Amino acid sequence: MGAAKQALRATLGEGSEVSMADDGSNRALPARQAAGLKVLPIVEGLVLIVALVLPLFLKDYLTVFATRVIILALFALSFDLVWGYAGIMSFGQALFFGSAGYGVALLARDLNVTSILLVLPAGTLIGLTTSLLLGGFLLLGRHPSSVIFVALGTLTGSYAADRLARGWYYLGGQNGIPSIPPMTLGSYDLTEGPVYYYFALGILTICYVLCRFLVRSQFGLALAGLRENEPRIAFFGYKTQHLKAIVFAVGGTIAGLAGSLYAFHEGFVWPNMLGVVISTQVVLYVLFGGSGTLIGAVIGAVIIEGVSFWLSDNYREIWPIILGVLLLLVILFRPLGLISFVLGERERVGSFGARAREKRHAAP
Amino acid sequence: MPLLEAAGIGKVYGKLTALDGASLTVEENEFHGLIGPNGSGKSTLMKCVAGAEVPTSGKVSFVNRDITALSPTERARAGMSLKFQITSVLPTLTLYDNILLALQAQSSLFDLVFSRTRGALHDQVMTMLSQFRLADRAHDAAAALSHGQQQWLEIAMALAGKPRLLLLDEPTGGMSLEERRVTGELLQPIKQHCSLVIVEHDLDFIRDICDRLTVLDQGRVLASGTVAEIQANKSVQEIYLRRA
Repeated sequence: MGAAKQALRATLGEGSEVSMADDGSNRALPARQAAGLKVLPIVEGLVLIVALVLPLFLKDYLTVFATRVIILALFALSFDLVWGYAGIMSFGQALFFGSAGYGVALLARDLNVTSILLVLPAGTLIGLTTSLLLGGFLLLGRHPSSVIFVALGTLTGSYAADRLARGWYYLGGQNGIPSIPPMTLGSYDLTEGPVYYYFALGILTICYVLCRFLVRSQFGLALAGLRENEPRIAFFGYKTQHLKAIVFAVGGTIAGLAGSLYAFHEGFVWPNMLGVVISTQVVLYVLFGGSGTLIGAVIGAVIIEGVSFWLSDNYREIWPIILGVLLLLVILFRPLGLISFVLGERERVGSFGARAREKRHAAP
Repeated sequence: MPLLEAAGIGKVYGKLTALDGASLTVEENEFHGLIGPNGSGKSTLMKCVAGAEVPTSGKVSFVNRDITALSPTERARAGMSLKFQITSVLPTLTLYDNILLALQAQSSLFDLVFSRTRGALHDQVMTMLSQFRLADRAHDAAAALSHGQQQWLEIAMALAGKPRLLLLDEPTGGMSLEERRVTGELLQPIKQHCSLVIVEHDLDFIRDICDRLTVLDQGRVLASGTVAEIQANKSVQEIYLRRA
């Protein structure tokens, strides 16, 4: 049996996840990968280049829109880390996004603190703290918690925070907190526009590189084990619950950073930012783009937001229906997301032995 | 002191009594077979020892320590390892990474995040793979292996952490005769540093590699002793004849 065929069998061996639509287009992939060609860095490079030159071609109001998408992509990244890599169903990721948003909005409104050097660390810290608290509660019980318990627990947390914000006068109730002043660096005001765009893109890139480093490390291998068979790796001696709580907190931290960027970019925060709608939206970004790839989360956020923007302009009445159908089609026929058109299973999972990689390259 | 001592283990599921005061003693460097008819409680006893089930009564000691209530993670860290009845290698990962995953289980978080142990573990990974005749497939996904090879990979993973006791639940299930023979060969060398408890239906296989046997029937120990003693035991012959 040829190497390509074997690799194909490995690709299809995944079973239930890989479905009908895979037969045709994936056939060429393993052969390409056997030749040592990596698809992922190419896709990542292309996305970065497009993102870097984009503002040159965009009108001002579109640059503002693009900035929002970049921040949402950062938020999506946090969810992909938690779900796509560690397999934790965090259906309340907006809780960390929104808490940080509210936190920095209060700092700006009540204490006049707007310095980037203070508000971004503060927002990040809020994300970390809330996710540590919720994660500790949901994941560090006497026995490993079930997937559904975590899914419902996070969903409930997000819903409860939304309701709390709506009912709490201090937080502005239904209206949220409007007119947040811009972030400042010394005497410079960071207002929406190209500068904010590149600032957000810089943060996204840094977080992306850090996440990539993490998921390709030996820690990433432990996460793969966690995702694929948690009870099994507990029998190797892994502290699986701790691992999950750590990843959950890292995800919450990134979501908190995204939430603070979002609050200052939009200039206001409102209860939806904490709630189920945004929590679900981020799940869709990642499903649509392709979970467990990081770049899939970014692509998913860009495409879903871009298409909704365009549709809502052109098909004002029926655009949510069109978007819904589009999402359903992708999720039904491409369960591994859009990225799976170019990315094979073997590369998506990756390999973790450092020296093994060198040896394979040395082989004829 | 024996390496493993499970005494008076009872396990009740609702109205069903799966184990009724069963016991099992395993010495250092001993291969111990656990046999009995279907439903006699072999797998349940194994699970109680491994920590996958908590016994209703009784006590499990391992290396002079009461481990009855310890979690699987703590048992693994104390030196116990197991291979499940259903193969549970990680199909999408390469063979190399499957072994590395098992080997690095006790590395610290810092070492894992900064990948500080993977260089040092490389030789151990390759040694394990060669020992189980899988080295040439190191970079294939585990899903591409035959069923028998997946079982070997899993035994290799279970042995990776250098356990003092390995629990094997039906290691030769679904294997061809040739694969069974090779499995026996592969297990022999580990006797120098590890004890083994095997649950297995293939009595020939058990007889070939085990030093001692424990026979369970209806949740109780019917007999325990060397292979020769068990073969001569009238009541053991009876239950196997009765059910055959």
